[in-house]
Amino acid sequence: MIDRPAPTGGEEPPNARALQRSETWERRRLLGLVSPALLLVTILMLLPVGWLFYLSALSDSGSFSLEHYRRLWEQPSYARTFRTTFEVSALTTGICVLLGYPLAYFLSELPKRAANLCMIAVLLPLWTSMLVRTYAWLVLLQRRGLINSWGQQLGWWDEPLALVHNLTGTLVGTVHVMLPFLVMPLYAAMCAIDRDLLKAAANLGASPVQSFWRVFFPLSLPGLTTGALIVFILCLGFYITPAVLGGGKVIMVSTRIASDIELFFNWGAASALGVVLLVLTMALIVAASRLLRLDGVMRGRAA
Amino acid sequence: MVRGSSLPISIRQLTKRYGDTHALDHVDLDIRSGEFLTLLGPSGSGKTTLLTVLAGFTRPDSGSLKFGETEVICTPPHQRDVGMVFQNYALFPHMTVAGNVAFPLKLRGVKRDESARRVEQALEMVRLGGFGARSIDQLSGGQRQRVALARAMVFEPRIMLMDEPLSALDKQLREHMQIELRQLHDQLGMTTVYVTHDQREALTISDRIAVINGGRVMQLDAPRTIYERPANRFVAEFIGESTFVPVTVARGAVSFGGRTLQTSPVGATHGADGPRLLMLRPERLQVLGPGPTEGLNLFDAQLNAVVYQGDSSLLQMSLADGTAVGVRCASFGDSASARLEPGARVTLGLAPRDTVLLPAEAAA
Repeated sequence: MIDRPAPTGGEEPPNARALQRSETWERRRLLGLVSPALLLVTILMLLPVGWLFYLSALSDSGSFSLEHYRRLWEQPSYARTFRTTFEVSALTTGICVLLGYPLAYFLSELPKRAANLCMIAVLLPLWTSMLVRTYAWLVLLQRRGLINSWGQQLGWWDEPLALVHNLTGTLVGTVHVMLPFLVMPLYAAMCAIDRDLLKAAANLGASPVQSFWRVFFPLSLPGLTTGALIVFILCLGFYITPAVLGGGKVIMVSTRIASDIELFFNWGAASALGVVLLVLTMALIVAASRLLRLDGVMRGRAA
Repeated sequence: MVRGSSLPISIRQLTKRYGDTHALDHVDLDIRSGEFLTLLGPSGSGKTTLLTVLAGFTRPDSGSLKFGETEVICTPPHQRDVGMVFQNYALFPHMTVAGNVAFPLKLRGVKRDESARRVEQALEMVRLGGFGARSIDQLSGGQRQRVALARAMVFEPRIMLMDEPLSALDKQLREHMQIELRQLHDQLGMTTVYVTHDQREALTISDRIAVINGGRVMQLDAPRTIYERPANRFVAEFIGESTFVPVTVARGAVSFGGRTLQTSPVGATHGADGPRLLMLRPERLQVLGPGPTEGLNLFDAQLNAVVYQGDSSLLQMSLADGTAVGVRCASFGDSASARLEPGARVTLGLAPRDTVLLPAEAAA
C-alpha cells in the first residue's frame, strides 16, 4: 500500500481517483489471468489430496482412527519399502549426477547451434512413451535379451547375467528416464555462468583444475541441486519403470500402493502410504530449500 | 602497498587472423617499463584482441611477446602473473569482497593472516576499507570497479591490463575514476596497458597512446602529439573534431585561397611536392576582428549558422571553395557568436604551428 499524504486544503489532486481506480482494475485483470490455473490446482490437487487424508484416517469399519498409520509403523515390510524407495531414489540421483554433470558441461561448452541439436537428443526420450522405453529396456536386459546374448556370443561371460527384475534393472531404467530432468536445469545454470569469470580466475593464477573447483563448480551448484532434487523427488513416487524392471523384487512405495489397492482393495492403507510419502517429500523440499536457499535457485540467480 | 617493480613489454610481428580479416596485422609495439599506455581505437580495430593476447586468452597465429626478457607467447594465462581488470569486472558472485580480493593470494599460498592484511590494504587503496564482508551484489557499479581493481593489484603484478574498465560507469563517476586510476598507477608504478574507445579518456589518463585501426598501430605518441600532430587522416578524425581541405604542395610551398600558408614543420607535411590534406580543428580557428593579423594564416569564410552548445558555441562556416568548417568560440560576453549574424563575411586566423598538413591518402 502506498502512503498518501493527507490532503491539504480542500481540492483533491487532479485525477488521483481515476488513477487509483485504473490501478485497481489492472490488478484485477492480472488476477483474472491466474484464476483458471488456480481453479485447476484446486480441483486436481487440493481436493484429491484432501480426500486422500480423509481416507487414510478411516478405519475399515468406517470410523475415524489412526489404525493404518499404526500398521505402517508396526509392520517391518513397510519400513523396508520406504528404505528401498529412498535407496533407489538416492542411487538414481547419484548416478544421474555422475553421468549428467559432464554431459551438461560438454553441452554448455558447445556453440549455440550444436548445443541446441544435442539438447534435442537429450530431450528426445521425453517425447517417447515411458512404457515403451521401459519395455524396450526389458527386451535388452532380460536373460535372453540382446545384451546377454551378445555378451555370451563374444565370450565376455558364460551364464546370462541377472540384469533385470532386480535393483540393477530398476536403476538402469530410472536413470534413463530421469537423466533429462537433471541435465536441463544444470545446463541452464552452466550457460548462465559468465565465462569471463573463468578468464578472471586464470588471470589471477588459477590452473584450469583450480578454476573449475573454485569458480565453475560452486556457480553450477544451484543448478545441480535443483536438478538432483527434481530427480530425487520424481523417483520417490516413480511407478512404471520400477514396477516393470524391478519385477516385483524391488518394491517401492508406489508399487506397494498399487498392490494395496489392486490386490487387497485396501484404500485406507494405500492412502496412508500416500500421505506419508507426501509428507516426507514435502519435508525434504523444505529442508533442502532451507539448506540451499532453493528460492534463489529457482529464480536462476543472476551472476 | 609499496611501489613495486615493473616490466617492459615488447611485441614483435604479432598477427592474428579471423577468417579473411586481420584482427592483428604484424603489430610491433614497445611498451616501456612503468608506463601507462592506452590502446585507442574504434570497435573491431583489434585493440581488445591485442589485450587478450597480452593476457594469454587469445592465441595469435604468429609473433613474439616478451615481458622483460622472457618470451611468454606460449605461456598459459594462469602463469603470466599479470593483473587484469575486465570490462564487466568479472567478480566472483559466490565470494565476498574480501574473498574476491584474497583469491589470487590463496592460489599463491600466502598465509592466512598475511593475506588478510594485504587484502585490507588493497581495499583501503581503492577506498573500500571495511567492505570486506560485503557480498558482491550489495555493491554499486563504482564499488565493483574498485574491487576488481583491488583484486588485480593485490598480488603486486608487474604488468596491469585494463579492458575498458570504466565504460559501464556514468560520466561523472567515470571522469572521477580516470583521475583515481592514474594516481594509483603513479603510486604503484606497474606497467599498465589500458584499452578504451573513448578518446577523451585516453588523452586524460595516458603517458602514451597507441591508436589502433584495422589491426595495425596507426600512431604511437604522447597525448599532445597525437592530438596536435596526427600522423594521418584516420588519427586526426578519430581524435577530436576536424575538417580536411585538399591542398597541393608545389615547389615546397602550399597555398590556399590565393594565400601562401606557413605550416608547422613536421616530417610528413614537408618533403616532396604533391597533394596534401590541411587539417582544421574548430577550436584552433579564430574569427579575426579589426586588430593586427600578422603571423597568422588567413582564410576567408562566410557564417552559415551559430549553434549554441552551453560551454561554447559552434559557428558553422563555409570557406571560399565551399568547404564547410566549424569554428568553436566562447558562448558568453562579446564573442564572435554574439556579434555575428548568419551571412556575415569574416576572416579566420590559424597559427602556423596549428596548420598541419597530412598525407593526402588516408592510410586505411
